[in-house]
Amino acid sequence: MNLRKVTAASAVALTLALTATACGGDSDSGSGSGGGGKVTIGIKVDQPGLGQETPDGYKGFDIDVAKYVAKQLGYGESDITWKEAPSKERENLLRRGDVDFIVATYSITDQRKEKVSFAGPYFLAHQDLLIRTKDNIKSGDDLNKKKLCSVTGSTSAQNVKKKFAPDAQLQEYGGYSECLSGLESGAVDALTTDDSILAGYAAQQQYQGKFKLAGLNLSDEHYGIGIKKGDTELQGKINAALKKMVDDGSWEKAVKANFGPANYDFEPAPQITEQG
Amino acid sequence: MFDFLEGYDLLGAFWVTVQLTVYSAVGSLIWGTLLAGMRVSPVPLMRGFGSAYVNVVRNIPLTIIILFTAMGLADTFGVTMGAADDVKTRVFRLAVLGLVAYHAAFVCEALRSGINTVPVGQAEAARSLGLRFTQVLTLVILPQAFRSVVGPMANVLIALTKNTTVAAVIGVSEAALLMSEMIENEAELLLISAIFAFGFVCLTLPTGLILGWVSKRVAVKR
Repeated sequence: MNLRKVTAASAVALTLALTATACGGDSDSGSGSGGGGKVTIGIKVDQPGLGQETPDGYKGFDIDVAKYVAKQLGYGESDITWKEAPSKERENLLRRGDVDFIVATYSITDQRKEKVSFAGPYFLAHQDLLIRTKDNIKSGDDLNKKKLCSVTGSTSAQNVKKKFAPDAQLQEYGGYSECLSGLESGAVDALTTDDSILAGYAAQQQYQGKFKLAGLNLSDEHYGIGIKKGDTELQGKINAALKKMVDDGSWEKAVKANFGPANYDFEPAPQITEQG
Repeated sequence: MFDFLEGYDLLGAFWVTVQLTVYSAVGSLIWGTLLAGMRVSPVPLMRGFGSAYVNVVRNIPLTIIILFTAMGLADTFGVTMGAADDVKTRVFRLAVLGLVAYHAAFVCEALRSGINTVPVGQAEAARSLGLRFTQVLTLVILPQAFRSVVGPMANVLIALTKNTTVAAVIGVSEAALLMSEMIENEAELLLISAIFAFGFVCLTLPTGLILGWVSKRVAVKR
């Protein structure tokens, strides 16, 4: 305990110096918010089924949600500027105003709510396993004997280590594709992360028929639309748009279009919980 | 301001970084010295192998080498480094292997430049006394070469310390992996990065200062 305090205290000096310089260096080049009839939306560009860059533009469920919401807010498709929002930078992008909102498999958590606000949720995902078609994993207890794979530092990897299967052999890689190649060759038994992401991979052309979802609901991940902290006006508007999207059936259509081929047993649209 | 540090084993993660650094430093010093010996040897085949190894390995990005040890050697060819059922130990050893393979090339080149500082007359004198090549190298040339390359070696060691962060791509639970876990959970990118940057400075600054002092003390006065 004491040692940790010492570490913390000694880091103060350096941190203060660093933050001070960082503030000075802020440039106003990334002014994307508000005005001019344009909207900048943060998305993932490398997750099949959710947000992926393809030769014909961006595709995926998050993209469809983002387009629908943007339309309800009064922006046409040509007014949207897409911006990649890597997981690590999402909070900073919102805080600096580089993006107006973020639709990028952004799970609503208490720690994140200290930095940003959310609208939604618009999707309920669970942590699940992707396994080879011929294999079977029935319950979470089987996990301790398996070789699992996940992405370095991700919430899913931490969940495995701390909650579900502390004794499991967990191989962490920098990206999902490394895990998929291991799963294909038999070096690992399962790839674990949110089922929505897994469904996107299972539905990819080169993997169709090879992998399936195990159907274990290991955790609840409520995907929300990230917005600047305290922007209740935008939050209300986005919530209304999401509600409309569910009510008029576009939500279900978007889910089916993007996750269809994976036999993904998705949850019905979640209730809006994030209110000013 | 720092209450989010609760529950994270910061020192444990940096301890793994230190272990990675020490094992890889020892390994690459040995392998690098052998390579340097090959590069100055009178046998053309060994010279060829030495220069081919150095030129290939030092021009491949470290990330690719480390990834290859895990995905190529372990996943595909089944090289498990004696830890088939223990992923944690396996990735650690694979990471050390990759780091040694990569940094040995730099150690070799630093050492070879040191060998070039030893006047050629000394090698000729040693030869004329009847010493064999290995004796010339180990008794006359290398002891002087090492003394003149402490500074450049410190550079390689500092680079190695920081390059251990690449081991996170195959899941070695060192500092960089803990950093990505913390950033994922805490949404404090700048602060967390600064803490880890500070941690690395704590490791490398003394290394540089101590080896700089050693370098001055042992330098061969010519």
